[in-house]
Amino acid sequence: MKTQIDPNKYEKVFEKTDGLKNVKTHYCPGCGHGVVHRITMEIVKELDIQHKTIGIAPVGCSVFAYYYMNVDMQQAAHGRACAVATGIKRMLPDHYVFTYQGDGDLAAIGTAETIHACSRGENITIIFINNAIYGMTGGQMAPTTILGQKSSTSPEGRNPQRDGMPINMSEIVALLPGTVYVERVAVNKPGRVRKAKKAILKGFKAQALKKGTSFIEVVSNCNTNWKMTPVEANKWIDDVLLKQYPLGVFKDETGL
Amino acid sequence: MAKQKGMVVIDTENCKGCGLCIANCPTNTLGFSENFNANGYHYSEMKQDTCIACQSCALVCPDVVITVYRLKKEKTV
Amino acid sequence: MGEKLLMKGNYALAEAAIRAGCEGYFAYPITPQSEVGEYMSVHMPENGRVFLQAESEVAAINMLYGAAGAGFKVMTSSSSPGISLMTEGISYIAGAELPCVIVNVNRGGPGLGTIQPSQGDYFQSTKGGGHGDYRLIVLAPSSVQEIADLTYLAFDLAWKYRNPALILMDGALGQMMEKVEFKPYNEPERDISWATRGKTPDRDTNFITSLWIKPEEMEQVNLRLQAKYKEIEKNEVRYDAYNIEDAELIIVAFGLSARIASKSMNLLREKGYKVGLIKPITLWPYPYKILEKLANNERVKGFFVTELNSGQMVEDVKLGVNGRKPVGFYGRMGGMIYSPEEIVENIIPFCEEIGLKA
Repeated sequence: MKTQIDPNKYEKVFEKTDGLKNVKTHYCPGCGHGVVHRITMEIVKELDIQHKTIGIAPVGCSVFAYYYMNVDMQQAAHGRACAVATGIKRMLPDHYVFTYQGDGDLAAIGTAETIHACSRGENITIIFINNAIYGMTGGQMAPTTILGQKSSTSPEGRNPQRDGMPINMSEIVALLPGTVYVERVAVNKPGRVRKAKKAILKGFKAQALKKGTSFIEVVSNCNTNWKMTPVEANKWIDDVLLKQYPLGVFKDETGL
Repeated sequence: MAKQKGMVVIDTENCKGCGLCIANCPTNTLGFSENFNANGYHYSEMKQDTCIACQSCALVCPDVVITVYRLKKEKTV
Repeated sequence: MGEKLLMKGNYALAEAAIRAGCEGYFAYPITPQSEVGEYMSVHMPENGRVFLQAESEVAAINMLYGAAGAGFKVMTSSSSPGISLMTEGISYIAGAELPCVIVNVNRGGPGLGTIQPSQGDYFQSTKGGGHGDYRLIVLAPSSVQEIADLTYLAFDLAWKYRNPALILMDGALGQMMEKVEFKPYNEPERDISWATRGKTPDRDTNFITSLWIKPEEMEQVNLRLQAKYKEIEKNEVRYDAYNIEDAELIIVAFGLSARIASKSMNLLREKGYKVGLIKPITLWPYPYKILEKLANNERVKGFFVTELNSGQMVEDVKLGVNGRKPVGFYGRMGGMIYSPEEIVENIIPFCEEIGLKA
């Protein structure tokens, strides 16, 4: 049954951006990646920079981002997205270069590349999806898994004596003089999605200023590996996860 | 502010039935269909004509399957 | 004609890269090749090119991946432990078919080893190093002049085949000062239609990846790679041959060892032994055919391989000779270098063993 819309009576106020390719994603139902893909590509279209944007896909669930995002992209080795982005941006300083990385990629195996790209103040935008777990490999403990959180490698819950403490990347990179803009956002509610888009937009705009790295951490869900429904997972973000990862602007020297 | 009137069109074949649009709809407009799509998901659909074109559903939809329409305002002279 | 200069090998390498149009250099300092980065840090910006000292070899090779993927001529240089760190990235670069030049100024290993010259990375360079079925084009200079010439060639082959090319040299060559003449460089046409420089309305997105999750697709990628490698094997084998016309014994040596062995060959000839020398310039593709041809020649009684390692290239020589003639070996390890006389002392007993007389 197709709904008939009378164009004389109705105006379109929201539709899928052609910054996204017309393909179905492989993501689980309810996964936040789709939302962040959408807002990022809406920004690329709104800024009219598709022809000079290059994205870096990580290793992790979003490894196939280049099949979904309608921009030129490179797939980086696990953790190396910021180094790959650095290589591109140094050669093409007037292009827009962004990385799209998960918590394992950015905050475990790629911590050195992340910190040093931020430390050098590479004029790139780092989009960091923090869902506190390893999604693609099947729900193992991430560097951002919170204390007590169960995962397939912390089945009794993350224990600080055995597993160490969770890492708060936004707070860390905000300390580095090379970053110009650091904000943590979430995508579990409509209003938050709007804010997340504003943050990523500012991150992209910051690239043109050439004043340093913009870093946007997006707290997202992994309902499959959290073993929740999508709705429960998005509620758990509010009830639990954001206590470890408070939202807000950690640094803004963009003047925007 | 008078509530505007709207309508959503859902690309039901690409809907994964996650239910986030339903949970985030402030007017209980949306619900799961009794039918499945080709992937076996109970897709989301309009259950009643209460849409206010707020776009909440579209904002949280990870699969970007929702198009939102708003009833044009009648021009008064 | 070009000017003749007296230059250190490491500087000549860097200068040749700039003359070959290298647009970006990303690397991390390590002895015995740090002069390459030092030279590049001054002269790349002078020429409007990009120089960046990375936080690690891991980052450097991935910066190279990014820059090469955007369609730029790029190079990195390192030494053995640093190359080990890069091998993951090298595998990705080979898998994604990106052109770039990687320089290994080989030092003694394993582990942190020593900073003295070695050829212990032959296997790593020619047989993989990283994971998966890939090949690097491997060039082995044996003089400062060859460092310059082969740097040009490395860029050209990398771009001709969209494949990483590796220059395998050692600390002695890097530190050696010799005269060098930089020939005029003719830039071949470069196709960058595949590169990520921003999607334009006239084309679909370009993406650089080595990931093909469906085995059917991954096999096709591998078949394409193997076909390319076959093509390289067919077209690009390079070696130098000295005194093979009347030779009864063939010495096989590459790089620094070939220089030393060349002196050994002369010493043996003075003693009345008819000795020739094959110096492979491409370590991959390897010059198997000339070895096969010589092995089939009745006059040739045997082969002798000398390397600064425990015996790595000797396996390729044996593959070429294929059991037709005896193959002897002498090597030094851990940064120790043999003298020409030392090689002679080890060749003479081998000659006796195979019944070859002066």
